[in-house]
Amino acid sequence: MWAQQVAFWIIAVAMGLSAIGVVRSRNVVHAALFLVVVLAGSAAIYILLLAEFVAWVQVLVYIGAIVVLFLFGIMLTRAPMRDDAGKLDNDQRLASGVVSLFLFGVLTVFLIDAFSDQKIRFTDSLVAQGSARAVGSDIFHQYVIPFEVVSMLLLAALVGAVVLARRD
Amino acid sequence: MTTTLALQIGWGTTLALKTVIVLAIIPLGALVLGYVFLLKMMSHMQSRLGPMDPGGFHGWFQLVGDGMKFLQKEDIMPEQADKRVFATAPAVVVISTFLVFLVIPMGPDLVVKDLDVGVFYALAVSSLSVIGVLMAGWASANKYALLGALRAAGQLIAYELPLLLAVTGVVVQANTMSLQGIVYAQQDGSIFGWSGVGNPFILTQFVGFLLFVVAAQAELTQTPFDMPVAESELVAGYMVEYTGFRFLFFFIGEFGTATAFAALAATLFLGGWSLPWVHGDAANWLGPIVLFVKLMFVAFLMFWARFTYPRLREDQLQALAWKVLIPIGLVNLLVTGVFKVAF
Repeated sequence: MWAQQVAFWIIAVAMGLSAIGVVRSRNVVHAALFLVVVLAGSAAIYILLLAEFVAWVQVLVYIGAIVVLFLFGIMLTRAPMRDDAGKLDNDQRLASGVVSLFLFGVLTVFLIDAFSDQKIRFTDSLVAQGSARAVGSDIFHQYVIPFEVVSMLLLAALVGAVVLARRD
Repeated sequence: MTTTLALQIGWGTTLALKTVIVLAIIPLGALVLGYVFLLKMMSHMQSRLGPMDPGGFHGWFQLVGDGMKFLQKEDIMPEQADKRVFATAPAVVVISTFLVFLVIPMGPDLVVKDLDVGVFYALAVSSLSVIGVLMAGWASANKYALLGALRAAGQLIAYELPLLLAVTGVVVQANTMSLQGIVYAQQDGSIFGWSGVGNPFILTQFVGFLLFVVAAQAELTQTPFDMPVAESELVAGYMVEYTGFRFLFFFIGEFGTATAFAALAATLFLGGWSLPWVHGDAANWLGPIVLFVKLMFVAFLMFWARFTYPRLREDQLQALAWKVLIPIGLVNLLVTGVFKVAF
């Protein structure tokens, strides 16, 4: 238990500092690279919680695909070597502050309300719950309709992107 | 788990030992593949005289000479380069290779960690190398490097899908994602009731095997898919500004990943470490050798294509992935699924 605590705090501090780096960085490429550390940290936290399959999905989808597309887009349009000369600040500090405070409040209230002082017990059944077999059977039994709806939504977005990108 | 060595060692020592072995396998695999295929096979196929000369017999000294040359070279960093990102990029590529090796089994007990999601994990961490390539291309402050990195990213994303689809066919048939489980599924399988040699999945998943090898070739940016490093267009792509030891890192990363993908293909389709009629302790001793032979066979196919075909054009490369390989992969998966349910 103690080892998990130490690991959690190391990961959490690294994630927090990198998250600050994402918004503070004056260079968009650096910001994207900081984002890689944040996402890798959340994958590590999934592993600490024994959600092994979700952790590797996080790595494959977010780091291996989404951040790569971010970097791809940044480098294709503008990839300044020095600090970005363009305006990186959108002057929405008040609004973003309110939204983050609200989100923090909502998450705190709901998490405490739902779990209060429950402790996670790292048992074999928890390991089984996080396995690919369990996640797969959950998705295709209990949550099959939401899953299909999300698939359709993504397909629609894909078709929309193709339509927008077509020249003729 | 250490019965083969007939001695008991602690958990920490085992872990350290395994890590050291995997760390040694990457440069070793890279050197073996580089020597056997890049230096010797290519020289024979393309009548190259240079690599056949140093040291007398068959130019055996060439690799040592190359190594010494790399170590002597000056470590040059472009003045405009982003120093930290430039220096980290080669390490990211090599770490990604290192992580893949952690799940490749070389015998019943010879595996660092047989993850439940083994093959999925291997593909997930192998996709991390794209980040290293993009970092290298951007931090070099060189337009050729940036163009090479962009080509590499586009290519790696496109060919990840056929790779995943090819693997999914095997996973459906084996009923597990654990690489050890996939090996056992092949060892314990039977061909129409005859279980003499098990059932290597190359027989039932031959289309998947071809897809995997072609997509792996593209993931490794080897000819005919070597646009990211196309020397006649981009000098050397994302590696253009790297010299000496850092360049060596990229080289080791490239050939180490080739070793890893060949080992994965051997495990997924050729039965991995398993040899018919060999079980128990004997499999632990013979396993690494069997896997090595199978790995070299797959690598031979890949390098054969590398030395034979000319480079594709960038649009042909994308068309091949999206219009040919992915539809084939989907049909293959569908057929596999139908057979799985029917039998």
